[in-house]
Amino acid sequence: MIPSHFNYHNPTNLAQVFALLSEHAGEAKVLAGGHSLLPMMKFRFAEPTHLVDLADVAVLKGIKVNDSNLLIGAMSSENDLLRFANMEQLCPLLFKATQLIADPQVRNRGTIGGDIAHGDPGNDQPAVMLALNAQFHLESSQGKRIVAADEFFHGTYQTALAADELLTAIEIPLEQANKRFGFRKLKRKTGDFATAACALTLNFNDGQCSDVRIALTNLAPKSFRAYQAEWLLNNHPLNQDTIDAAVELAMRACEPAKDLRGDAQYKTKMAGEMLKRALLDATSSDSQ
Amino acid sequence: MKSQKVSFTLNGKATEVAVEDRTLLVHALREELNMTGTHIGCDTTHCGVCTVDLDGESVKSCTVLARQAQGKTLTTVEGLAQGKELHAVQAAFMQEHGLQCGFCTTGMLMRAYRFLQENPTPTEEQVRWGLSGNLCRCTGYQNIVKAVMRASENLQAIALTES
Repeated sequence: MIPSHFNYHNPTNLAQVFALLSEHAGEAKVLAGGHSLLPMMKFRFAEPTHLVDLADVAVLKGIKVNDSNLLIGAMSSENDLLRFANMEQLCPLLFKATQLIADPQVRNRGTIGGDIAHGDPGNDQPAVMLALNAQFHLESSQGKRIVAADEFFHGTYQTALAADELLTAIEIPLEQANKRFGFRKLKRKTGDFATAACALTLNFNDGQCSDVRIALTNLAPKSFRAYQAEWLLNNHPLNQDTIDAAVELAMRACEPAKDLRGDAQYKTKMAGEMLKRALLDATSSDSQ
Repeated sequence: MKSQKVSFTLNGKATEVAVEDRTLLVHALREELNMTGTHIGCDTTHCGVCTVDLDGESVKSCTVLARQAQGKTLTTVEGLAQGKELHAVQAAFMQEHGLQCGFCTTGMLMRAYRFLQENPTPTEEQVRWGLSGNLCRCTGYQNIVKAVMRASENLQAIALTES
């Protein structure tokens, strides 16, 4: 399959990117790793006239750590995250979830920024970002702003990004990265999207949960937090009753689309199961 | 549409090829440069038969634009053997009969070639993990995994004699 004709642009700095987006407003798309966009272009689901490749915009790459944050350039590949020194200790949820994204070749090209900005509810990083209370750095020729993951995902392929705006970096508070975590993903095979997945972080002291953040993947038009389940668990002990009640509330929040991976009832049930297992992982005595 | 010249190092040789902006790397390799060892299978980034080595990383060339290879170093399966001498990875696939119909083999070889540089002494489980982006339509994974384990031994032996 061959995409429709387009003009390829290869800018090396953000000013050039913004100039191209403004010159070709409405007809241009930015290309990150290309592992969502290029297949869509081959199927002719997307037919941009101008493709603005971000591969050589150096400022979008690199990972930095300071006292309070992990700052990840949007064009860091999924494998860049896994190869970054101490990522497993720095942000174990991000490390574990990223290991389960696609396959080695795809992780070499696919970027964390593309994963997030594409707005696909089947992608893995959105739920991880929600569970980590990540802050997204957005930039356009008009200036910069920061949008929380909580406010970023609007629907399938719909995000807070304006047409002329780029996701440049992802900021993860170390306070969140250091929390206990759980990540469970049910998939049919390597490389498939999740049938259901759950990413969560929480604090757990004297058997009580607090600061619970639960996010679910591929169970609605967008990745979302199960607020009611969080509310039920916050400042309560974890036992069979509270787990069952949280699972029930999370399942009620799911509205998955039927597809080859299963019908809505099955996927919803699996969402509950992934949440239950992630909760047990996060709170088991030998973990973290 | 007009063509653009793209230049890169292909299997050690400076190479220039004229492509359209929309040309995928795998098509440039197969159709413009006659390097047909790189196959096209699913064409949707799932199966891995189009795997090539791009600046020291395994990538699926059906989902990379030819123009994105500008200035980079590419290795395809044609670049593995030195003259008539098979690369240690290729030799191991022969020794362990790591192929059935052979369609996925070039992608398996290219991924194994890079994987064994990332992890020279893998466990069997790590081999399966490392090659999880390559599908064998004959489901002949058992011998493929054995071949990669054997290739690891072959490469270790070569490293020892050279050191």
